[in-house]
Amino acid sequence: MRDAPVLLEMRAITKEFPGVKALSDVNLVVRQGEIHAIAGENGAGKSTLMKVLSGVHPYGSYTGQILYQGTESRFSDIRASENAGIVIIHQELALVPGLSITENIFLGNEPRRGGVIDWKTANRRALELMALVGLEEDPDTLIKDIGVGKQQLVEIAKAFAKNVRLLILDEPTAALNETDSQHLLELMRDFKQRGITSIIISHKLNEIAEIADAITILRDGHTIETLDVKADGVDEDRIVRGMVGRELHSRFPDHTPDIGEVFFEVRDWTVRHPVASDRLVAKNASFTVRRGEIVGFAGLMGAGRTELAMSIFGRSYGVYASGQIFKDGREIVIKSVSDAIEHGLAYVSEDRKSIGLNLLDDIKTSVVSAKLSKITSHGVIDHVREHRAAEDYRTSLRVKAPTVDEPVTTLSGGNQQKVVLAKWMFTDPDLLILDEPTRGIDVGAKYEIYGIIQRLADQGKGVIVISSELPELIGLCDRIYTVFEGTITGDIPRRDADPELLLKQMTSVKKAQRS
Amino acid sequence: MSRVKELQKSLFGGNTSNARQFGMIFTLVAIVLLFEILTNGLTLNPGNLISLVSQYSYILLLAIGMLMVIVAGHIDLSVGSIAAFVGIVVAKVMQDYAVPWFLAVLIGLAVGAVIGAWQGFWVAYVGVPAFIVTLAGMMLFRGGNQFIGNANTIPVPEGFRVIGSGFLPEVGPDTGYNNLTLLLGLVVCVAVVVREWRGRRTRREMGADAAPMWISVIRVAFPLAVVVFATLQFAGGRIGTSFPVSGIILGVLVVIYSFITRNTAGGRHIYAVGGNARAAELSGVKLKRVNFMVMMNMSVLAALAGMIFVARSAASGPQDGIGWELDAIAAVFIGGAAVSGGLGTISGSIVGGLVMAVLNNGLQLLGVGSDRVQIIKGLVLLLAVAFDVYNKKQGRFSVIDSLMRPFRRDTPTGPASPAEPGQERGKSPVAG
Ligand SMILES: Nc1ncnc2c1ncn2[C@@H]1O[C@H](COP(=O)(O)OP(=O)(O)OP(=O)(O)O)[C@@H](O)[C@H]1O
Ligand SMILES: [Mg+2]
Repeated sequence: MRDAPVLLEMRAITKEFPGVKALSDVNLVVRQGEIHAIAGENGAGKSTLMKVLSGVHPYGSYTGQILYQGTESRFSDIRASENAGIVIIHQELALVPGLSITENIFLGNEPRRGGVIDWKTANRRALELMALVGLEEDPDTLIKDIGVGKQQLVEIAKAFAKNVRLLILDEPTAALNETDSQHLLELMRDFKQRGITSIIISHKLNEIAEIADAITILRDGHTIETLDVKADGVDEDRIVRGMVGRELHSRFPDHTPDIGEVFFEVRDWTVRHPVASDRLVAKNASFTVRRGEIVGFAGLMGAGRTELAMSIFGRSYGVYASGQIFKDGREIVIKSVSDAIEHGLAYVSEDRKSIGLNLLDDIKTSVVSAKLSKITSHGVIDHVREHRAAEDYRTSLRVKAPTVDEPVTTLSGGNQQKVVLAKWMFTDPDLLILDEPTRGIDVGAKYEIYGIIQRLADQGKGVIVISSELPELIGLCDRIYTVFEGTITGDIPRRDADPELLLKQMTSVKKAQRS
Repeated sequence: MSRVKELQKSLFGGNTSNARQFGMIFTLVAIVLLFEILTNGLTLNPGNLISLVSQYSYILLLAIGMLMVIVAGHIDLSVGSIAAFVGIVVAKVMQDYAVPWFLAVLIGLAVGAVIGAWQGFWVAYVGVPAFIVTLAGMMLFRGGNQFIGNANTIPVPEGFRVIGSGFLPEVGPDTGYNNLTLLLGLVVCVAVVVREWRGRRTRREMGADAAPMWISVIRVAFPLAVVVFATLQFAGGRIGTSFPVSGIILGVLVVIYSFITRNTAGGRHIYAVGGNARAAELSGVKLKRVNFMVMMNMSVLAALAGMIFVARSAASGPQDGIGWELDAIAAVFIGGAAVSGGLGTISGSIVGGLVMAVLNNGLQLLGVGSDRVQIIKGLVLLLAVAFDVYNKKQGRFSVIDSLMRPFRRDTPTGPASPAEPGQERGKSPVAG
């Protein structure tokens, strides 16, 4: 790839936000037809760099130069960059849930005939584009009725409707399961054959090592290096070294579990779908958690793990049908989220933006929001205590922000995730349920979060980890339940846990023998 | 960060809504001074100030409740009709059953609470949008007023009128001023100083470096000057007049509600619900209860406003309270609340309401007809909010900063990503 002509060159890009220098003198060279990965820790400036490139941060709001196809480009908005063939798919998808696939693909770009939208052409082209990205679905299906993986494909189809030459994907696989991720990577290779250049940002370093031709590494807003994957023989460890500036020997901190007796038990939990009441999203699910134990939940996307967890957490999903919860040997009845919090449960949602945070809040209000009683006396908020508590978590979780007065919208994706985690740690739960806790989080921070989870367990708390990354579950958990279509299909102790067995249990209804 | 911004931050506190509020205060002062000049000193003379307070206190009262409704993400169109309805009920019970006036006030508040519970029920527990529920309420209670009063006007007794047209009484030695008003002014002055002092202490305890002393001095001096001036004006008016009772009711409620919204868990919950209802729910906020309380509270305040109005005009009539909801809503939005909920402050709304009031009053003093007053008010609302929206798009929030822009040397920080895709609050939680 070293000899291919240069398609894009970003020179000495510097971008400042009030109080934060997100990018300083960043350089990026992307060659025609390559897959160029950008790696870096949370808050390193990856998304910001791409926003500069795509005109989200318009010309004039940064310094430096963008040379695209040999000429200097000054994009005033996203439209300008799209007209030049640069299409960005953001970290958070931007589809309209209530519109159909076709409508979303052509949103703002509708084929017209005499001023009226030409639906026939639209549908035909939508089908073509969907075939191109390997999406098998009725084009009239509403976005909210398809899974995240397919939504991602719709985003890409949308990009192709715009005649893309340079496709930018910001953490496209963060929310996808193994199969969907593989499909997406396959697709990117396919695009490469067609001569489309791609830039991909990802914290899944194995993917990067597998697919990228070149990797640019950012650290704290600076370009560290650009690696040529083949020529330099780059592997995951090499990327990590660039990102964090030192060797990271293990992905999981050493931990000797100290497991006590069962303190939390769910029996025969059955939940109906919120709308289709004849559909069960959890069927007779029974499981236990011991003190000091980290319990994993493995399953495919849509297996019902999130639904099960949310339903236990104050019946906040679906309609409760039957089942019991026991804590410390006594049955407890949890009918609302506040009951759940009262009983020492905490649920860290997978989707921080839409249900995890109030995006109008600053860091400190977010951190204390799930347990205001801890900072109030006689119903009055003690602002000093609030500030101190938030400050503690900011330092201990290493949230990258100058102060806790910073609005959460200005944080990078990974740092927002840390704030959500802090919010629930602040409630001092006995049982912490983490739903995809490391989604979009960099290797270094993942290691920190694993450490935090282990420390919580060592304090005698129970932790449930729902994750779509099997290596994470295997490396972290003392025991793993597998879930398939709302049914718990296996209970696998750490020593037996291997990807093959897990995958088998995750995809079959047969009950595994209890250990 | 520019020097101006830094200075502003230390003067008005770091967060953006404070900065925004400063812009409003700035605007208010400018408008007051403008009218003071245009009316040759009529605006700030005691008589006018007194009538300004008693004439607009009920609108400001509504703005308090409306702020909370809007922050929670709703709207209330029925306040004018509820005010009129409660007014007629109260007038009627005093006329027909000779109920003493203080009991009548309690009855009025109770009626407000019942109406509020009714509307809150539909909004919170049935899930009908507040716009619809209160649109219905607007018709319902307007009709109710005319039904009970037979579309007639009913006078209210002398005692009752105190809450609308009463003044602080004359007591103590003859100082040439109304003594109680002087005392009131003194109390407010002390409160301003204590507040700043405690604020400094809190900042120190948070480990933030307290701003230099002179900043605190400015922060105290300006409000003190305003309070002292106002006190002397109110206390030095025509004999028998002084600070209106309705103004005191308003003041007390402003203090209480500011405290509630800023410093209590319940207040936080209102902002949480308006900011992201689903996230609030998953943080243990009782969504329904918050919505119910907010709607109910609004109706109780509307009832109070209605009674104050009736007391001031000495009678309750079928045309009372028409258009009040719009004034209250306008005040809240001029005061910086977000249409989509989750943002806004009581003090902002009060300042917004005062801007409207001074504008109204000043234009009237100038003899401008009510037609043109309406037009001007409409434009002010539009411009105030448009200015705000513009500033947000630019990633700047402050009025002063934009005023100073021509004098600044450093380039303005660029627009913060205008529409970050993720910022639309997801409406469909995708579970996995
Ligand atoms: N609109 C903004 N206002 C202020 N600061 C911002 C804004 N957007 C980003 N930042 C800051 O810029 C830095 C870089 O953020 P960016 O989103 O580019 O990180 P990232 O590398 O994409 O991280 P992640 O892997 O977590 O997504 C962060 O410190 C972030 O807080
Ligand atoms: Mg990012």
